[in-house]
Amino acid sequence: MDGFHDLGGFQGFGKVAHRIDTLSYKPVFKEDWEHLAYSLMFVASDHLGLFSIDEARHAVERLDVRQHVGTTYYERYVIATASLLVEAQAITQEALDEALGSPFKLANPPHSKGRAAITDRPPFEVGQRVRVRDERFAGHVRCPAYVRGKEGVVLHRTRERWPFPDSIGHGDRSAALQPTYHVQFEVRDLWGEAADDGRVVVDLFESYLDPVQPA
Amino acid sequence: MSTSVPTTDTSTPGQRARALLKVMQDKGMVPDGYIEQLTDLMENQWDPANGARVVARAWVDEDYRRLLLEDGTAACAEYGYTGPQGEYIVALEDTPTVKNVIVCSLCSCTNWPVLGLPPEWYKSFEFRARLVREGRTVLRELGTELPPDMQVCVWDTSAESRYLVLPQRPAGSEHLDEEALRRLVTKDVLIGVALPVVR
Repeated sequence: MDGFHDLGGFQGFGKVAHRIDTLSYKPVFKEDWEHLAYSLMFVASDHLGLFSIDEARHAVERLDVRQHVGTTYYERYVIATASLLVEAQAITQEALDEALGSPFKLANPPHSKGRAAITDRPPFEVGQRVRVRDERFAGHVRCPAYVRGKEGVVLHRTRERWPFPDSIGHGDRSAALQPTYHVQFEVRDLWGEAADDGRVVVDLFESYLDPVQPA
Repeated sequence: MSTSVPTTDTSTPGQRARALLKVMQDKGMVPDGYIEQLTDLMENQWDPANGARVVARAWVDEDYRRLLLEDGTAACAEYGYTGPQGEYIVALEDTPTVKNVIVCSLCSCTNWPVLGLPPEWYKSFEFRARLVREGRTVLRELGTELPPDMQVCVWDTSAESRYLVLPQRPAGSEHLDEEALRRLVTKDVLIGVALPVVR
């Protein structure tokens, strides 16, 4: 989905609030509830198998944009886990409201049931030029919009394969397994002169790519 | 107990997290010790000192460096650095003309066992939006000025590969042993926004 989460290249933000090597990074959690965000997500996903991590990512993407902008990182994962548990009917909205003492605002419902991977093509090879498929899809997708329709070169094909996010992200446990490709793009091919020099390498599932035919 | 009822706007993130915890506990969903064990991993076991050990070893042991670049997962597994978000590890080797930097523009993916959980600034809208487009500028703002002939290569962790940066061993570090070299490798060095410096 074309959502606020898909931030690569989004303009209007100020400086990153950091100076190198000035933080000890301890304690890891700054507030006494933050560890619950991942812990409860893993209880529900990894331990109970009620949803996949891809579905959790999609639930974060489904937060209403105004809520998304106004929440902190760990908060979004609390809301995502709560939303998925309600959607799975493992808990109820009423129980959450009662425990909180006020309405517990959850993510918006999904607008897609997911889609299948493309599985009838030969794999791409290292060094091959590829083009990112210029597609719009209302569900979970792990292809940043900034490379849509753009050409790059394959640096690496993974030895492992993983469930296609656009399927497993909607709970489809039969999602096809696919390798991903490290595809290198020139920054100037993505944003022209309105960018710095340099390159970006994006990790892309096979179904997001098409071969570029030699001229 | 307070009798005031918070509205949606006034309940805090901590209150919402604890409300979810209570509902899950009431349903018997949370096993004894599960949260404590995972929290120990996140707070104590997954640490940038792990990545520092890997990088320093690669600087002094050519065979290990080759393994790290060929199969980062196997190289990190030698130290037991595996598990969630460390299932497919790829080391990115800097060169005199290429500076690698890691980001997750879509969310927050990070190589947890080797780098530790990502810091707040790494997950910020600013870093996620700007690094892919303005890499050199963002590095300068963070405090790393690159020479003009060194190109920024940003790695967007958009799928299942989990990265660490293998920087060049810095000038002036020739006399340092492996343990001293580890101290040059910070979390920011492993992400790639900082260069290792002999102080």
